[in-house]
Amino acid sequence: MSEILVNAVSKTWGGVGGVDRISFKAEAGSLLVLLGPSGCGKSTTLRLIAGLEEVDSGTITIGGRDVTHLSPAERRISMVFQSYALFPHLNVAENIIFGLKVRGVGRAERDEKLKKVADIVGLSHLLERKPSQLSGGQRQRVALGRAIIAEAPVCLMDEPLSNLDAKLRHEMRTEIRSLQQRLGMTMVYVTHDQTEAMTMADRVILMRDGHIEQNGAPHELYNEPASDFTARFIGTPPMNIMSWQDDAMLGVRPEHISLIERDGVPATVRTVEYLGADSIILCDVKGETVSVRQTGYCSLPAGTKVELGWQNRHIHLFDRDSGKRRAAHALS
Amino acid sequence: MVAAVMSATEPKAARRRNWAVSVNAWLLLLPAIVLLATFTHYPILATLYHSFFSLGRSGPAEFIGLDNYRYMLDDDVFWQVLRNNFIFALATVPTSIALALLMAVWVDKKIVGRSFLRLAFFTPTVLPMIAVANIWLFFYTPDYGLLDQFLKSLGFSGHNWLGDPSTVMTCLAVMVVWKEAGFFMIFYLAALQSIPPELKEAASVEGASRWYFFRRVTFPLLMPTTLFISINALINSFKLVDQLVIMTKGGPNNASSLLLYYIYEVAFNFWDTTYAATLTVTLISILAAVALTKFVYLDRRIHYQ
Repeated sequence: MSEILVNAVSKTWGGVGGVDRISFKAEAGSLLVLLGPSGCGKSTTLRLIAGLEEVDSGTITIGGRDVTHLSPAERRISMVFQSYALFPHLNVAENIIFGLKVRGVGRAERDEKLKKVADIVGLSHLLERKPSQLSGGQRQRVALGRAIIAEAPVCLMDEPLSNLDAKLRHEMRTEIRSLQQRLGMTMVYVTHDQTEAMTMADRVILMRDGHIEQNGAPHELYNEPASDFTARFIGTPPMNIMSWQDDAMLGVRPEHISLIERDGVPATVRTVEYLGADSIILCDVKGETVSVRQTGYCSLPAGTKVELGWQNRHIHLFDRDSGKRRAAHALS
Repeated sequence: MVAAVMSATEPKAARRRNWAVSVNAWLLLLPAIVLLATFTHYPILATLYHSFFSLGRSGPAEFIGLDNYRYMLDDDVFWQVLRNNFIFALATVPTSIALALLMAVWVDKKIVGRSFLRLAFFTPTVLPMIAVANIWLFFYTPDYGLLDQFLKSLGFSGHNWLGDPSTVMTCLAVMVVWKEAGFFMIFYLAALQSIPPELKEAASVEGASRWYFFRRVTFPLLMPTTLFISINALINSFKLVDQLVIMTKGGPNNASSLLLYYIYEVAFNFWDTTYAATLTVTLISILAAVALTKFVYLDRRIHYQ
C-alpha cells in the first residue's frame, strides 16, 4: 500500500522559511492534515512530497519507493491546488482528462473514466463549460475530478477549500472526506483552518516555524496539547492560558470553566457573545482575558463581578519558557 | 428605479437633467471629436471624394467617376508594389512573431543576465527607423559593408545586396524583422507572466513534458496576444516605409517599392494628387479589411481570459 514516509527532510531558501528536519508518516488509506498558521512550512512540506520543490536533505518514500529525487509525474500522485489551477481555455471534460491525454490513454478508456468521475463529482451536466462559466464550488469539483481520474494512490491537497464560502466549505469537507474513504486514497491535506483539520483528519500534524509542534489524532491535540501553542491554536474559542506560578502557565478549556457562587477566582465580565446553542462570556482576570462557555442564552451586563471555578482534572500546565506541557501530577 | 419614479412625478425636471447630462458629455468629448474629424475623418472622406475627379492641371477638376480606378488596375507599377507589399508582409509578419515568441520564452526563464537580454532584445525598437536604416545601409554596402567584409573573409566575392532586384526584398525584410521582433517580444513577455505558475505545476504533476505544456496550454493562452501582434505587424508592413527613403528609394526598378511609398512618390514627386488619392483609398480598404477580419471573425475563435 502507499504510505508516505517523510524522514528528516529540510528545505530552506537561503536560510529563510521552509522546513527543518521534519519526519512523519502518513498511513496508507488515511487522511493526514498539515495544520498551522501561514508561513509555518505546511505548504512547503506538501510541495516537497509532490516533488514541486527539491529537498535540501532527508528522504521521502511513497509506498516503500524512494521518490526523493523523482519528478512529480514519476511519484504517481495527484494534487489539488488552492487556486484549482484549471486550464482556462479547456472545458470541464478536457480539464479532467488532461492527465490521461498526456499519458496517451485511448479515447474509449478516457470517455469511460470521464463518465464515472463526472458522476462522482456531480459535473455530468457541465462538461462542455469553460472554467470561467463555473461557480467556485463547481471549479473545486473539476479540480477534484482531475485529481481522482488518474486513480493515483496518493492525493495531495493544498488548502483546497479556502476560496469557498462557509456553507460550501462545510459541504465539500464532508464530500472530500467520504471520497477519500471510498477510494481508499492516502491523502495529505494542508489547511490553516483548525475546524477543517479536526473534522476531517485521521491524524493532524500541527506545524510552527518549520517544525512539527504536535503530531496526533484530533482528540489528542484537543485533550492533551503538547504545548501552549497547540492549546491556543486548537478549539474555538481556544484554551485559556493564564499565568500560574513563576515558571508555569495554566490552561483550561472554556467549556470546563463555570460560574460559581463563592471561593472561585474573582473576575469581571467584559462582554458576552451569544452563539445560539451556547454563549461565550469574556471575563477579565487580573488583566488577562478568560473565556467561559455557558450552555444556552446568558445575559450578564458588562462589569458584573463573577467568580470562576474549574476542576483540577481539566487543568493543563505548560512551562513558561519552553511552552512545553508538564505532567498533570505536578500540580498535586 | 429612482429615475423612473422621478420622471413619472416630475417629467420636465428629469428631461432637463437628462439633457444637461448629454450636453456635458458632448462638451467633454468635443476636443477629441474636433481633432479626429479634422485630421482623420475629413481627410478620409476628402481622399475618397478626390479619387473620383480629374487632376485639373489645365482647367477645373472634373468628375470622372471610376476612371482613376480603371487607370490603377492598368498600372503595372501598382500591381508590382502591391505584390511586393504582400510578399514583404508574408516574409516579415510570421518571422517576427515567431522570433518574438522565442525570445520571450527565453527571457521569461530564470537565467543569469535576464534583464540585460531583455534590454538587448528591446533596443532595436527604441531606435528610430531612419537611424536603423542608416546602420543597415552600411551592413549592405557593396565591397566594404559589414556583410561583404564578412563574406570576403570566407572567400566569397562582393555583392550589391540592395542593388540586385533578387536580393533587395530579403535584405529589407531581415532588417524589419530585426527591428520589430523586440517590440512584439514585450507583449509576449507580459502575456507569459500573466499565466499562473500553478498551471505549469499542475501539468507537471500530470506528467506533461515542457513541449506538451507549451503546445497545449501556453500557446493557446497566448493566442489573444498573437492575434494582436499579427494584426499590428500586418498593418506595420503596409505603414512602415521610412527605410525605403534612406536605402533604396523603391529601386532598383521598383523591386523594393511598397504601396505607401508608391503613394508618396505619386503624390509628391509626380504631383498626381487624385491618383494618389485613389491609391490611398485602396490602401485604406486593405487595412480596414484586416481590422474587420480580426473583429468579426478571429475574436470569436480565441479564448480570452
